[in-house]
Amino acid sequence: MKALERLARDPNIRAAIHDAEADSNAVWQKLNRRTFLKLTGLAGGGLTLAACISSGPAAVTDEQPGDFAPNAFISIAPDGSVLIYSKSPEIGQGIKTSAPMIVAEELDADWADVRVEQASINPDVYGRQSAGGSRSIASAWDQLREAGATARAMLVNAAAESWGVAVDECTTAASFVMHEPTGRRLSYGELAGQAAKLRVPDKSTLTFKSRDDYGLIGKRISGVDNEKIVTGKPLFGIDQTLPGMLYASYSKCPATGGRVRDANLDEIRALPGIRDAFVLEGNDIVSELMPGVAIVGDSTWATQSARARLRIDWDESDASTDSWSDLAEQAAALSNKQGATVMREFGNVDEAFTNAEQMLDAFYSYPFVSHAPLEPQNCTAWYHDGDMEIWAPTQRPDRAKDNVANVLGISKDRVTLYQLRVGGGFGRRLMNDYTCEAAAIARKVGAPVKLQWTREDDMAHDFYRPGGFHALQASLDSNGKLSAWQDHFITFTHDGNKPVPSGEIRDGEVPEGLIDNYKLSQSLLPLGTPTGPWRAPRSNAIAFAVQSFMHELSNAAGRDHVEFLLELMGEPRWLDPGNARVLNTGRAAAVIKLAAEMAGWGQQLPAGRGLGLAFYFSHAGHFAEIADVSVDSDRKITVHRVVVAGDVGPIINMSGAENQCQGAVIDGLSTMLGLEVTMENGRVQESNFHQYPLMRMRNSPTVDVQFIQSDFAPTGLGEPALPPLAPAICNAIYNATGHRVRTLPLSKEGYSV
Amino acid sequence: MGRLNVNGQERVLEDVDAATPLLWVLRDYFGLVGTKFGCGGGYCGACTVHLNGKPIRSCATPFSSVDGQSITTIEGLAAIDGALHPLQEAWVAHDVPQCGYCQAGQLMSAAALLARIPSPSDTDIDTAMSGNLCRCGTYSRIRAAIHDAAEAMQADGGEV
Repeated sequence: MKALERLARDPNIRAAIHDAEADSNAVWQKLNRRTFLKLTGLAGGGLTLAACISSGPAAVTDEQPGDFAPNAFISIAPDGSVLIYSKSPEIGQGIKTSAPMIVAEELDADWADVRVEQASINPDVYGRQSAGGSRSIASAWDQLREAGATARAMLVNAAAESWGVAVDECTTAASFVMHEPTGRRLSYGELAGQAAKLRVPDKSTLTFKSRDDYGLIGKRISGVDNEKIVTGKPLFGIDQTLPGMLYASYSKCPATGGRVRDANLDEIRALPGIRDAFVLEGNDIVSELMPGVAIVGDSTWATQSARARLRIDWDESDASTDSWSDLAEQAAALSNKQGATVMREFGNVDEAFTNAEQMLDAFYSYPFVSHAPLEPQNCTAWYHDGDMEIWAPTQRPDRAKDNVANVLGISKDRVTLYQLRVGGGFGRRLMNDYTCEAAAIARKVGAPVKLQWTREDDMAHDFYRPGGFHALQASLDSNGKLSAWQDHFITFTHDGNKPVPSGEIRDGEVPEGLIDNYKLSQSLLPLGTPTGPWRAPRSNAIAFAVQSFMHELSNAAGRDHVEFLLELMGEPRWLDPGNARVLNTGRAAAVIKLAAEMAGWGQQLPAGRGLGLAFYFSHAGHFAEIADVSVDSDRKITVHRVVVAGDVGPIINMSGAENQCQGAVIDGLSTMLGLEVTMENGRVQESNFHQYPLMRMRNSPTVDVQFIQSDFAPTGLGEPALPPLAPAICNAIYNATGHRVRTLPLSKEGYSV
Repeated sequence: MGRLNVNGQERVLEDVDAATPLLWVLRDYFGLVGTKFGCGGGYCGACTVHLNGKPIRSCATPFSSVDGQSITTIEGLAAIDGALHPLQEAWVAHDVPQCGYCQAGQLMSAAALLARIPSPSDTDIDTAMSGNLCRCGTYSRIRAAIHDAAEAMQADGGEV
């Protein structure tokens, strides 16, 4: 069926996940030192670069021999101001503050001197410039430290030279180089010009601070854009304006893949404030440009109100016909059958089951959900003189340039993209469909155009977190120890062979590797609805099933859940030593113990109230969470508190780190309580927040966060605190009431807040 | 033709559809883009502004229905000399924002709350703020920042 084939060959969706999760720092590593320093402006002419930088979106400047190229990480002006470029999109994960903190730490700059700007999009210079997979810190850690340490070394060399003293007699602190024996000091601003003339030190000669010497890393630093945010300054994609800019809406078929057969374009064109209305055929790539009707006018409202009059006759012969209720029925029918394909098998599950003291089985399910970032998709584009300029809130800017070039049939080097602050990512903006739409409309119009999606567009045209079903079976031996585990995972497919994007269980997903007898099988149901990465892809849903069932097992064994999980972790060991993306059972046990201590695990609670524990490892983060939940006789729940214990190595910005964990808990709770996207006749039924009830303040619990700051290299925090939340809540509900939740959202089982 | 007083400044609108929501008048005609579009249906509160000091959802308010009246937006929350409102200071001190997109609306709802109840309880705050969604989940920091700002304003004699 065409709707499925189209998604199966989509070149961007799977690549988005791959890009987000791969250590795609290869370009950076390939650059030799000389090239890097030329590109970063640290070699040749000096460090005095700030004067030529505008305050707008960072401009790409032509690099001339002997010039500085003010487009990398650091530029220090004679007045002592330190400009640090942040290379990654800021989507709310705090990278625009935390990444420059790493540079400033090794530079030994006074944070008060630092100003941060968004870097231009130039992977040849910067390497990875996307925001996904909680990778931004881990993949740039060495690069950022090196950039800071290189500049610091040159400043020290400059000072030593001007004083005629040995380099190792000089120290740095707070944007100054000091020579303690003589009490002399020079500011970085005073040294900038001279430092720029020096030879660049070899990387092997650089010295890096030890963790004990950190003065900035680990502190609580308020976000660098906060003043602009609280005063309403233009910052986000939606805030972009250009002289002579027009406004556009774009209407696509509510069933993915429908084509425009006819539309009342003449009537629309005649409406007040409307400049044009036209059909775009698109390139039949869902993550780029699908068919639809563009309306271009003098204001956002002109296009939106005209849209209310727009009548489109859709040809849906190649469109999705998905029905969530049908799919759920098909999945339930498969639940007591063997999976069509055995994906992984270790040990001998059948033998363990035969010898079991106790057998448990349970069927878990969860729905599709939408990303629903609060800033609806938008993009401003201007096509002039054969060049396309794009102003976009995107998680994946370089790929957006590829996508636009592909849609327009122009060379990528004719596409310039200015990265703007993103009003919420959650994985949605790893896809650049809205960017392609804006570009296609702008080329046809020949004037700057801002495309603005409505909330309804956003709900109807997402790359959803796929729902899923797990028929779980497990056995306990005579010691109450977990002896075998089997998961028949029922998921979806576009091509009949592979699961849809974000609808698979990857190697090493918990509890694989922890149980000697393990079997994962899989059945696939055909799907015509686009899916994609949603905060902590896969794990955000799988954790609910796996860690709830784990609690069923410890209960059946009559054992304490902390003790049961610690036994499962066993001896401290790294399942793949050196690979940060693989579970380390020692780190896991430590966060489980910390969470238990934080929550007062084991305390007596009144009837109807319980603590629930869950652990999960994803995106290189080890997290244990305990929820304290009351449930009344009407299944109204109150979440009193959630404690979060995490280990992602050293924390860069303590304030931002805690914020990410608090937010992950709220996001997880919001989603499990009442969020669900359903499809009928290929159409998503939920249209706006009245049908997609995100959590509000009055229902948000206290969230206490503590980190174990281990000596492992730091990894990201945007995602890994989310997966344990849902099972922690469900395990607490069980402990409070004896009722086991096996279907999300909770509202479907009669729970409310 | 319509007239609005926005942040103390008289503004005139000509040839604008009377049904145009105040939100889009502010953003597209006056260039005041601090007020945000989130849902268009009054559900999320990102578009909150003050009408004669009271919080309203500008996305669901035709500008013609508030003709001649006074509007305050996030751009007008700080003092004329640029001194931040205690709420804005508290927001920065608590590092409230994640993506930051909802925060203008949160601040306008909070400012209207403090004008009405100078020392709000947690329940007062929850009631006044539950019309504002934060997709990133910064609610506990918003609550703490409102308490801090309330204290700062009390210490300052309750006037801003």
